[in-house]
Amino acid sequence: MTQAAEFKKTRTESMLLNVGPSHPAMHGIVRIITELDGENVLSSDVEIGYLHRAFEKSSEQSGYLQVMPYTDRLNYVSPLINNTGYCLAVEKLFGLDVTERAKYIRVIMCEISRITDHLTCVGASAMELGAFTAFLYMIKARDYLYKIIEDVTGARLTISYMRIGGVKGDLPAGFEGKCREALAETRKVIKECDELLTKNRIFVDRLKDTGVISKEAALGYGITGPFLRSTGVDYDVRRATPYLVYDRFDFEVPVGEHGDNYDRYLCRMDEMEQSIRIIEQALDQIPQGPVLLGTDGKVIPAEDMVDEAKMGRVEGLGFRVADFDPTLAGANKYMYPEGHVNNKRAELPPKEDTYSNIEGLMNHFKMIMDGHGIRPPKGEAYFPVEGANGELGFYIVSDGTGRPYRVRVRPPCFVIVAALPVLINGGSLADIVPTFGSVNMIGGELDR
Amino acid sequence: MNDLHLTLQAQFPDDVLEVHNHFGDETAVVRREKIQEIAAWIKKNELFDLNVLIDLTAVDGSELKWKPRFEVVYHFYSVRKNHRLRLKVRADEKDSVPTLTGLWPIANWFEREVWDMFGIRFEGHPDLRRILLYPEFTGHPLRKDYPVNKRHPLIGPKN
Repeated sequence: MTQAAEFKKTRTESMLLNVGPSHPAMHGIVRIITELDGENVLSSDVEIGYLHRAFEKSSEQSGYLQVMPYTDRLNYVSPLINNTGYCLAVEKLFGLDVTERAKYIRVIMCEISRITDHLTCVGASAMELGAFTAFLYMIKARDYLYKIIEDVTGARLTISYMRIGGVKGDLPAGFEGKCREALAETRKVIKECDELLTKNRIFVDRLKDTGVISKEAALGYGITGPFLRSTGVDYDVRRATPYLVYDRFDFEVPVGEHGDNYDRYLCRMDEMEQSIRIIEQALDQIPQGPVLLGTDGKVIPAEDMVDEAKMGRVEGLGFRVADFDPTLAGANKYMYPEGHVNNKRAELPPKEDTYSNIEGLMNHFKMIMDGHGIRPPKGEAYFPVEGANGELGFYIVSDGTGRPYRVRVRPPCFVIVAALPVLINGGSLADIVPTFGSVNMIGGELDR
Repeated sequence: MNDLHLTLQAQFPDDVLEVHNHFGDETAVVRREKIQEIAAWIKKNELFDLNVLIDLTAVDGSELKWKPRFEVVYHFYSVRKNHRLRLKVRADEKDSVPTLTGLWPIANWFEREVWDMFGIRFEGHPDLRRILLYPEFTGHPLRKDYPVNKRHPLIGPKN
């Protein structure tokens, strides 16, 4: 018998192959169980949950303010957007409208976060396809932005920068210059990577017509963000229901056509440019003013407030939420010249105050200790923001106590990972890598 | 504001139990048995055109003395009309809620998560397994009576 004839006689059956849970091309811990016929994927099943840390349960156990650090750890590549989304949802419950300056700061920080997220996503998937240089360049650019984030928030990843009613602190001195510089550098890197990748034969061949999803399927799976836009649906939360001050900026929503990996790559690249444009406009427009606000929505200049206890009015003090001048023209006033505002029922006092004067300490205590804290009215609210991966929504149910009764995150990449079998079935095993790269799975937000 | 919840109530006066508009989120509580029918209707209807199931989750109201105990919460969005609607159905531990998997494929995973976390069954669901937790896990952690500090034994492969 010839070798070819013998080969023909070989029994063929499909093979089960585990991709993951821990695999270099998996951007987190996730397991894809694939049924292979040679190199072709016949069917697949995705198993998630390896990074489940009970975010929703933990949130129910802590006060509204203490949830903030947990939200950092949802999408750890763009934690500022999670912070903002959570704050906006709680502020919706309160009916709070934050100060102009705080809104601009939030927009700037969110867009910086979006760029870092896209840089990581595109860079990492380029690396998996062999373009290591692009990855290093993009991580370099990301580091410029992380430096800015570190300047403002004091941390690179777990930033906990937003506060209910505003942001933790004002922008540091010289922020605008540094930010513009970093953006210029980032722009250079994006251009460089664009030249390296966009027309690169190897890169394009791997991405074009792989991981295709139709418009209808994407909508059926509830997919949003760059993933949906690559199929040609023009849906961006920033445009559809503008929150913060997004309606004041001139930006485009890049839309693809085929819904394949290449279009998603292009969408992300274009979106970074648009984010840079938004930041630049925001830097031009940002007004001066306070960055925190009380629950009654009024901005109270620090000088106008008098500490009643210091004036001898102590009756009923035990029953009141401490509400006093945080600075008392104290030694640390120079640290926050814009003045953190007062109604102390909603937002934490500046850290300097907590550490340096008794009123600040008392106020901090009242906010943080169990049974005190802030209490939004009863009800439920859902607030969507545009996360880097799509619509990030927080659904909060309040029972009128100091703890959220239920916090639900609508994670943008959960739905995309759910659609993963649609994307990879029928393709080849090697196509899983670019497809999964463009999904931009973030374990923290997928498994919560 | 489009008052979709009021329109829905006018359309299904017997099946919409309650409507409200807290904080601008239009909400309708509907009869559990009718959720499939109503969801299909709002998906098709010209005026509603709610073609995306944005989110599906549940709330355990046992600490608030809700009767029945659970609320399953659906968030819908219309890409063309750019509006949102929230539907809710009420269910007890023993009840099962009709699945929306046939209308939106994503309901499959969302419902698995609700089953995993709350132990609410979905009738007609093709593959109701745990999703975030492992199969050997006992209990449903987002129920209010599930102790926060409960520990589970480490489950390893059996050799």
